[in-house]
Amino acid sequence: MKLTVWTYEGPPHVGAMRVATGMKGVHYVLHAPQGDTYADLLFTMIERRSERPPVTYTTFQARDLGTDTAELFKNACRDAYTRFQPEAMIVGASCTAELIQDDPGGLARALDLPIPVLPLDLPSYQRKENWGASETFYQLVRTLAAKQATPRPDGARPSCNILGATALGFRHRDDVVEVRRLLGLLGIDVNVAAPLDATPADLRRLPDADFNVLLYPEIGDVAARWLEKTYGQPCVRTVPIGLGATRDFIAEVAKIAGVDPAAALESDPSRLPWWSRSVDSNYLTGKRVFIFGDASHAIAAARVASEELGFEVVGLGAYNREMAREVRAAATLYGVEATISDDYLEVEAVIAALQPELVLGTQMERHISKRLNIPCAVISAPAHVQDFPARYSPQMGFEGANVLFDTWVHPLVMGLEEHLLTMFRDDFEFNDAAGPSHLAAHAPPPAAALAASVSEITWTPEAEAELSKIPFFVRGKARRNAERFASERGLPTIHIETLYDAKSHYTK
Amino acid sequence: MTQSASIASCDDLARPVLRERGQREVFCGLTGIVWLHRKIQDAFFLVVGSRTCAHLIQSAAGVMVFAEPRFATAIMEERDLAGLADANEELDRVVDKLLERRPEIRLLFLVGSCPSEVIKLDLSRAAQRLSKKHSPAVRVLNYSGSGIETTFTQGEDACLAALVPDAPQSEADAPQSLLVVGALPDIVEDQFARIFADLGIKDVAFFPPRRSTQMPAIGPNTRFLIAQPFLGDTARMLEERGARRLPALIPLGAEGTTHWFKAAADAWGIDAGTFQRAIAPGRDRAKRALSRHRDALQGKSIFFFPDSQLEPPLARFLAQELGMRPIEIGTPYLNRDLLSAELEQLPADALLSEGQDVDLQLDRCRAARPDIIVCGLGLANPLEREGFTTKWSIELVFSPIHGFDCAGDLAGLFARPLARRAMLRV
Ligand code: SF4
Repeated sequence: MKLTVWTYEGPPHVGAMRVATGMKGVHYVLHAPQGDTYADLLFTMIERRSERPPVTYTTFQARDLGTDTAELFKNACRDAYTRFQPEAMIVGASCTAELIQDDPGGLARALDLPIPVLPLDLPSYQRKENWGASETFYQLVRTLAAKQATPRPDGARPSCNILGATALGFRHRDDVVEVRRLLGLLGIDVNVAAPLDATPADLRRLPDADFNVLLYPEIGDVAARWLEKTYGQPCVRTVPIGLGATRDFIAEVAKIAGVDPAAALESDPSRLPWWSRSVDSNYLTGKRVFIFGDASHAIAAARVASEELGFEVVGLGAYNREMAREVRAAATLYGVEATISDDYLEVEAVIAALQPELVLGTQMERHISKRLNIPCAVISAPAHVQDFPARYSPQMGFEGANVLFDTWVHPLVMGLEEHLLTMFRDDFEFNDAAGPSHLAAHAPPPAAALAASVSEITWTPEAEAELSKIPFFVRGKARRNAERFASERGLPTIHIETLYDAKSHYTK
Repeated sequence: MTQSASIASCDDLARPVLRERGQREVFCGLTGIVWLHRKIQDAFFLVVGSRTCAHLIQSAAGVMVFAEPRFATAIMEERDLAGLADANEELDRVVDKLLERRPEIRLLFLVGSCPSEVIKLDLSRAAQRLSKKHSPAVRVLNYSGSGIETTFTQGEDACLAALVPDAPQSEADAPQSLLVVGALPDIVEDQFARIFADLGIKDVAFFPPRRSTQMPAIGPNTRFLIAQPFLGDTARMLEERGARRLPALIPLGAEGTTHWFKAAADAWGIDAGTFQRAIAPGRDRAKRALSRHRDALQGKSIFFFPDSQLEPPLARFLAQELGMRPIEIGTPYLNRDLLSAELEQLPADALLSEGQDVDLQLDRCRAARPDIIVCGLGLANPLEREGFTTKWSIELVFSPIHGFDCAGDLAGLFARPLARRAMLRV
């Protein structure tokens, strides 16, 4: 048993729902109790989908157990087929139904429906959402794409599939558009993009492409490997998040497709390099940033933070253990220890100890940061309703790089304003308690964030007063430094002098 | 997906009820933790369940990520399912760890889920064992919030029913005391308490209490008013301890609230003049507030999908006090006993339905083309996209809607979506 407060990922059948809901013409019959229908709201509320997810739940109750839950399942399948007329159906069990062992696959097969019906075996007590999405997509691809590639005429443009985007994915909708645009610049056709917006008939055509582009390894990697093995389709694995990665992506695609990348690279409309070099961005230099999310997004974000914005990466981590190796490897690039954990409290403790100046994380880290009064931008699922913006807002490609610059820099105090805050910190109107003018609510930091941290070291009232004059966005660091300085020297009390001794000690 | 549907006519109920057993689109009882843990401030709710259960509560709680919430899930893993002995040991370990981390907790609920029930993990024995171990600092109780046993608000019923035996016994010669049953926002409790004081009813307690250490005494001297329609088991448990229920409408709207207070006033033998004086100010305020919404709501048809069991009293309020026309009043479970006064006052031409077959119900709803639909979060946006106006039912559970001073706000919850649709030119 594992004590869990908040979870980064849902159960694996929610992953299957993300695939089914992203696609068209697929229906999912899920053997599950009524409460599990909550998953619908993830799609209708958080993602604002205008249609119900294509999922039928059997919603068996205690009185059905041991009598007719199997019959219930068969009826649900039959009714769902009649009502929704899907091109393909997937069937499976949620955590509870897994325990009653009704064999949804066998029951559905017995109905002999005139469409492909895929049984899904998603072990709820071992696996999680991303794994469920990955397995579902793989099973669909395996079952539906099993045919020979259609030969194409000589001289046809190269063509590829885009793999991995699903419903409820963090900016998947816009990433696919942006990546299509990049491929268009290279003169490459997109054969199929899946699962998002694909039909079962589209999946049948997957073998027709020359190669695959894998955008979200967490979801598409298993299917991409199978396509590579079965149809010899090579796979582009660079995730084009950030300017450097987008350039690498273009180069990798060009090499595999045998096309010239020059035109696409020269077309680069990204403003990120100039925005980052302009003098106002000077203040970004060495901002201490903590990065956490799914492995692919976190690794990509670390590169952008360090190479393209000049931040200092002070922590890097991911919640999906499946990719722990990759995250650890990336963490060594920045000389930090990787945080591999799906325990929200553990991540919170790491952030509290590091006191970064910016957090790039998920909705969970956004909440942690709010509490610790640290600026934060969301870079990965799990996402909330505000992470599905109305505007075009990809993370990938040239436009994605612009979006990253804006959304990561926005939560920080702007350069010029930071200078003014420091200069006039004692001014009665222009003090730090007023907060930076461009941030919501102008909220002064909550008392909790100012309270003494872990130590038993006491502060003299004068030293506390002096600390409060330090601009709030560096105050946490100053407090931490002073306490560390004092504890390393066995000083029980922090005086004003201790504060400044610590400052000079830690000034690089 | 109709397993069975029937129009039945009950002996004690002169109107037909459509009963359906198909796909339900409702939360399970675990959801109640979201409001119950805010209400009982020293209680912790530990769900013994799966990742699905944890994800449900988190999704229902939405953005309400509290500092460190007083609920959590002990997620069962593969090895817990191997043998029951292990599961019990594991549970003890998790509880020890939890109580060590949260020393301020006085009351711990072990909350059963579908998986814990299907593997027959005996949480009542576990609660006894753990209570002994951690007493007197912490009491450990258990109830089921599982989706195979409970629908949405029934989780609160199960929780409160589990809490009843924990309340002390009142003295044999104790004077008559009043218990208000059902979790209400603090502000509503305070409004109610002021009116009870004006009526001259002194010994009033609310159940559940805000702190588990302030448990009211219960006994044959206890008279209770239910504030929520879904508390059938809790009412039964209270009656078993000799308490007597004062039958009344649910205190929604000016009329419902007046009726509810009247039931108490009668039991205390309060004269008509005192009653009028105590009630009139609030009642008048409520009427004034409601009149502001009448133009927007009068004559509008309304369709309720089943969700919280609040549907019949809400329909009664909207029909009686605002002139709305309920077409279908769906409820996950129809508690005929607690709702007998409500059912008498429902418009005769409204279809009362119990249980659900969501696809068939959607068909009926589309055919009826109501002006406004009350439904869950999974259905609201898809119905809006089809051109319907909707009100999320969960807001009716999370917002203060009871009593005189919330009546206007309650009407506003229905008026706002209609006003918005009328405003938008996009
Ligand atoms: S329906 Fe059952 S399995 Fe699903 S969330 Fe509720 S208790 Fe957990």
